[in-house]
Amino acid sequence: MMTLRGEKIMLQPESDASGTQPIVMVERLVRRYGAFTALNSVSLAVGKGEKIVICGPSGSGKSTLIRCINHIERHDSGRIVVDGIELRDQLADINSVRREVGMVFQSFNLFPHLSVSENCMLAPVKVRKLTRAEARDRAMTILRKVRIEDQADKYPGQLSGGQQQRVAIARALCMQPKVMLFDEPTSALDPEMVQEVLDTMVGLARDGMTMLCVTHEMGFAREVADRVVFMDQGTIVEESPPESFFQAAKTERARNFLKQIIR
Amino acid sequence: MRQAAGRPDAMSDLDFTVVLRAWPYLLSGLQFSFALTVTAFAIGMVLGTTFALIQHHEVPVLSQVVRSYIALIRSIPLILVLFWFFFLVPVVLGRFVGGGRSIPIGPTYTAFITFGLFEAAYYSEIIRVGLRSVNKGQFEACQALALSSFDTYRSVIMPQVLKVASPIILSQTIILFQDTSLVYVLSLTDLVGAASKMAQLNGRLVEMYLTVAVIYLAICSAASQCVAVLRKRNELPRVVRQ
Repeated sequence: MMTLRGEKIMLQPESDASGTQPIVMVERLVRRYGAFTALNSVSLAVGKGEKIVICGPSGSGKSTLIRCINHIERHDSGRIVVDGIELRDQLADINSVRREVGMVFQSFNLFPHLSVSENCMLAPVKVRKLTRAEARDRAMTILRKVRIEDQADKYPGQLSGGQQQRVAIARALCMQPKVMLFDEPTSALDPEMVQEVLDTMVGLARDGMTMLCVTHEMGFAREVADRVVFMDQGTIVEESPPESFFQAAKTERARNFLKQIIR
Repeated sequence: MRQAAGRPDAMSDLDFTVVLRAWPYLLSGLQFSFALTVTAFAIGMVLGTTFALIQHHEVPVLSQVVRSYIALIRSIPLILVLFWFFFLVPVVLGRFVGGGRSIPIGPTYTAFITFGLFEAAYYSEIIRVGLRSVNKGQFEACQALALSSFDTYRSVIMPQVLKVASPIILSQTIILFQDTSLVYVLSLTDLVGAASKMAQLNGRLVEMYLTVAVIYLAICSAASQCVAVLRKRNELPRVVRQ
């Protein structure tokens, strides 16, 4: 029963990807920091519109993995292909990948000297070469979508953590990315602010965005994830649809991890 | 005895009308002081920012060169640098391009170039520290948005650096303004130079030097007020911090 279910759903992304190429493809990725191996031959294919939740104990390499996908972190060997472009060390390739991949950080990293709307307008103007008016329209549309348009003229320092993170999501969306990466987007938030950010992310998932989320929010994983990827010690230990992962994780390590985070 | 009796006499004899007569000349001196300060500030900031970026990126070879340059400049008195430039550089230039004959740079250019190069070392240190104060996440956010290095520094990093560093930059510029009086060793006429020349002409040293002191005091304390305002402004927007 368990394997049956596992297989059935495991087929899904593949059948998704059968017609089109996966939008993110990671092959035998290795990343070392000196003697420490953060990623040890990790492979992962993500189809268009797929939602992946990556979890695992700290130091398991999950952040490193998604930071490699937009080359904020360099990889030592293996391949990364995003939307048909392979990430090597050429700056042009790196930038064309980054234009299509949005990222949300644990610590928001909003630009403190720019207002909320200017935060959202900067990259579309400088990178996508939109006029200021076009960029402003787009920013306001997206700020409305994350329900924060009334704060457009404030500065990040005047907003709560949850609001800041929603602005950070809006800022990434203004580049109209094909893939969104989330690096523990709710870990730095006060508990009462977690939900507003998760709601925004769920909305984004409903719109069909391809998402890779490093998060321990298991409710979110259950609700939107197509696959849960469990990592430990730099490798992908288990990859299953959320139902089977939460009810009957295949590996001992995953079961131990789940025991610790779900109480 | 005679001297002791003469002193109060000289003091009661103060005559500030000589200052009025010397005023246009003093003003032209002050103008030169300002011109030198502004030029040295501009050269110093452009070079200093470049030096700071070279060090921040740890550009091989160049960053070592810059570091030694800054260490050298910061450990010798400004007046010595002025002498070097005025007396040595023409000779060196002459050796290489002038066929052995020394090429004079002239006191004005010497002053502008020397002060610019000298201040660059100090501004560079201020900006380097400012760069270090910018969170690593700011750089990462720019990378994630595919901003070019130029746009990253111009639109995101430098505005934050300048905001944090502006009080220290202004303080350094106040010191620069006072230091410009050293150009008297090159016989240039800045504010102090103008005062001292007039004093020698009319014999009114006390009046002239008192006046100059008051002018410096007024300008520098006004600028210090600005420093305080800048400091305060920097503190404000960090109320809510997650």
